[in-house]
Amino acid sequence: MAEMKVGEVIRQPLPQAVNGTKSTPKQEFWRKFKKQKMALAAGFFVVILFILGIIGPFIAPFGAAEFDYDHILEGPSAAHWAGTDAYGRDIFSRILIGTRLSLFVSLLSVFLGSVGGTILGLISGYYGKWIDNLIMRFCDILFAFPGILLAIGIIAILGPGLGNVVIAISIFSVPIFARIVRSSTLQVKATVYVEATRSIGAKPRRIIWKHIFPGTLSSIIVNFTMRLGTAILTAASLSFLGLGAQPPSPEWGAMLSGGRDYLNNAPHVTFFPGLAIFLTVLAFNLFGDGLRDALDPKIKD
Amino acid sequence: MAEKILEIKNLQTHFTSDSGVVKAVDGVTITVNKGETVGVVGESGCGKSVTSLSVMRLLKDTPGKIVGGTIEFEGKNLEAISEKEMRLIRGNEIAMIFQEPMTSLNPVYKIGRQIAEAVQLHLKYDKRQAREHAINMLKLVGIPRAEEIVDEFPYQLSGGMRQRVMIAMAMACKPKLLIADEPTTALDVTIQAQILDLMRKLSKEGDTAIMLITHDLGVVAEMCDRVVVMYAGKVVEEADVFTIFENPKHPYTEGLLYSVPKLGQKVDRLDSIPGNVPTPSNMPEGCKFAPRCPKVMDICRQQDPDLLLIDKEHTCRCWLYQNSEVLEV
Amino acid sequence: MEAPLVEVKNLKKYFPKNKGLFGGKKFFVKAVDDVSFTIKKGETLGLVGESGCGKSTTGRMLMRLLDPTEGQILFEGNEISSLNDNQIRDIRKEFQMVFQDPYASLNPRMKVSDIIAEPLIVHGYPKEKREERVQHLLEVVGLNAYHADRFPHEFSGGQRQRIGIARALAVNPKLIVADEPVSALDVSIQSQILNLLKDLQEEFNLTYLFIAHDLSVVEHISDRVGVMYLGKIVELADKDNLYKEPLHPYTKALLSAVPVPNPRLKRERIILTGDIPSPSNPPSGCTFHTRCPFAMEECKKVVPQLKEISDRHFVSCHLY
Repeated sequence: MAEMKVGEVIRQPLPQAVNGTKSTPKQEFWRKFKKQKMALAAGFFVVILFILGIIGPFIAPFGAAEFDYDHILEGPSAAHWAGTDAYGRDIFSRILIGTRLSLFVSLLSVFLGSVGGTILGLISGYYGKWIDNLIMRFCDILFAFPGILLAIGIIAILGPGLGNVVIAISIFSVPIFARIVRSSTLQVKATVYVEATRSIGAKPRRIIWKHIFPGTLSSIIVNFTMRLGTAILTAASLSFLGLGAQPPSPEWGAMLSGGRDYLNNAPHVTFFPGLAIFLTVLAFNLFGDGLRDALDPKIKD
Repeated sequence: MAEKILEIKNLQTHFTSDSGVVKAVDGVTITVNKGETVGVVGESGCGKSVTSLSVMRLLKDTPGKIVGGTIEFEGKNLEAISEKEMRLIRGNEIAMIFQEPMTSLNPVYKIGRQIAEAVQLHLKYDKRQAREHAINMLKLVGIPRAEEIVDEFPYQLSGGMRQRVMIAMAMACKPKLLIADEPTTALDVTIQAQILDLMRKLSKEGDTAIMLITHDLGVVAEMCDRVVVMYAGKVVEEADVFTIFENPKHPYTEGLLYSVPKLGQKVDRLDSIPGNVPTPSNMPEGCKFAPRCPKVMDICRQQDPDLLLIDKEHTCRCWLYQNSEVLEV
Repeated sequence: MEAPLVEVKNLKKYFPKNKGLFGGKKFFVKAVDDVSFTIKKGETLGLVGESGCGKSTTGRMLMRLLDPTEGQILFEGNEISSLNDNQIRDIRKEFQMVFQDPYASLNPRMKVSDIIAEPLIVHGYPKEKREERVQHLLEVVGLNAYHADRFPHEFSGGQRQRIGIARALAVNPKLIVADEPVSALDVSIQSQILNLLKDLQEEFNLTYLFIAHDLSVVEHISDRVGVMYLGKIVELADKDNLYKEPLHPYTKALLSAVPVPNPRLKRERIILTGDIPSPSNPPSGCTFHTRCPFAMEECKKVVPQLKEISDRHFVSCHLY
């Protein structure tokens, strides 16, 4: 009946209508991220922090070791915004100059930790079996120590110093990243597109680096940001305990430690470095939270 | 003329999001008469599920909003009544079955309790009566060991069994209208046959009208008295089941019918509708089907046609039949 | 007679499952239990069955994405079921797969051109010819060259399935295993993809193993059809024979259960009672006897064998 008639008209070459341009992943990320005002502010703060880390020493009104025995333990004033310490050094300048140190220590240590953790996590998640067991039990052992205790232990072996602080923090960051990366590896490994890649004959190395690693990247970035805050805190704690940066280094933790004796009559000596640590850690955490909400494909609007 | 149970007139449900307004339902007119089964056919994104959610007023937790048209149930405007009144209708006079039985059953409650809940609420049964009623309903939908199954949890049942439980729940209060949204899509063919058989039986016995939402033309042919075809948020054709299958007017309906492989049909190639189902971000101007239509004319690309009454109880939204009498909406 | 392209002999796949919280007794889910078939060059073998019947597992074993528990797979006469991962990688270009879910089978972070080029890179296709090849493949599957720079999410389901098909075709395979390639697509798009698969088969002399649950789709595309139930092939015959004269009670029931888009047709329907039994604890004897309207005493005890009843029509049932 009508079948022939309709059939003939309908058999046409396919028109090439593509869906309207949808946003790219980057645009999508920005759209979600900018909705979170707190994270946006925190991100802004982090950016400023990094700029200060670079230009801090050049814009600081005083040097880090510029002694002025006429003005010791003075409170905040027009000349010294955050007051001076027991040697008459300008605290505001020292915080500015110390920004680079704190950021560098945390960036380097978390980076080393994340690289190690990511590799272990990918191997553990992709290959499974005994190697997975081995890596995860190693992580469990590291997890059994509270982070700071482990760091103190490592420093006790290696000796105090900022370089060893970096090593200590990166070591205890490894299992955290290893676990996170392992769990997202398992998720991505189970997707059909990884199976599809296996079916075309790709080698494990290609599957891991081209398909699985990019899939775990967002969780790595989020945790990287969050760990930065923790690393700054740990580095400061170690320096406070005298295990990290040594005076007269303008490291925030060391400054905190230096002001401890004057807590009663000159609280500003500890207050301002403490505030710097507090704001920085808070900013990294809020920023990390925002990143997670924007990067997680499961959170839609 | 048959008594109307549900009358949807020119319904418009729009969703607002960051990227603009999505007209998920944009001009849907459906009438369901007492005891009859009406099929609503369409592809993904045609708005058939949003239509049913609009009727049930279940759009609250979504960004969707009814912006135009009326929904009348037994002469009552469902948009005008309070939420409290709506609750008395929902699950009691209008019941709904969803596609995925697992997600629509609460995993932490026993089967019996989930059925009994509605019964206690609407039919004012006490606990013991409600439980008995639940067991009877389970027996009615053909679940073996009903006395044991009432005390089991949803995860202990297979997909077909769960869908039966859903039906038992929906039919427990003897609704006047059952909205079934792809009730058998997630099921295997032999189980689908059982469920369809059951629905047919129940609707005949209880004189329940069914609005059956599906994409499967075979299911429509077997179950329905009348068929509404939807495309891109609009009703494009409505007629009785024989007319739709034997004398379809809208080119989309025609294309849909000829593109489905049928058992025993010996053809080398299937006739297919070219192109893609339009997405909200890519909605064409004029008639929404124009870019894929084999009979497209100039006017189709400029102006959207109205839903016209082209024959007795046969409406079609297409410029090919524009000279017919206009359907009063 | 020409040697078949694929020969599957007594293929089995048992998945171990632990019962109870602390390991306890181990038992096996018999996903595929003694399946044998052959596929000739250029033909399409359809595998139908309901969920859990083992049709997808069979396809994945053929693709060597899963290791068979027992049995042999011969590809062009060569045993491939015992090859190790490195050996199998090289001959993978001979058989490729098209997946069910076009949304999940393409990496959302890769451009279409990179997705289609991946098999070319993996199998060492010369770098300078890659782009040209990708463009050609896009045209072959009915997409445009300018689609190459886009990401999968910019495409509709049907278009994505075309991308998946282009990827499968990239290295000129001989066999394509298509696992429910149209079941996730809209009705009006399904026929486009089915037509495309038929055209490609003609053009490139492809052999298909077509796995689906939709009997009408399988009838349309296949030359021969195997019906699976609980890990076993219960009937295997040429399409015309199977659909016109189904012999196995399960095939009959399955065919009668398919809703036909013709409201005037009122058929006598065989409605099976009960559910599909769990493959971890299949019924004894003939696994279908619990639902079979013709079950006899013998069916509960003796496992029927797949026998050739008439010309190339195999049935595994005690009635014959």
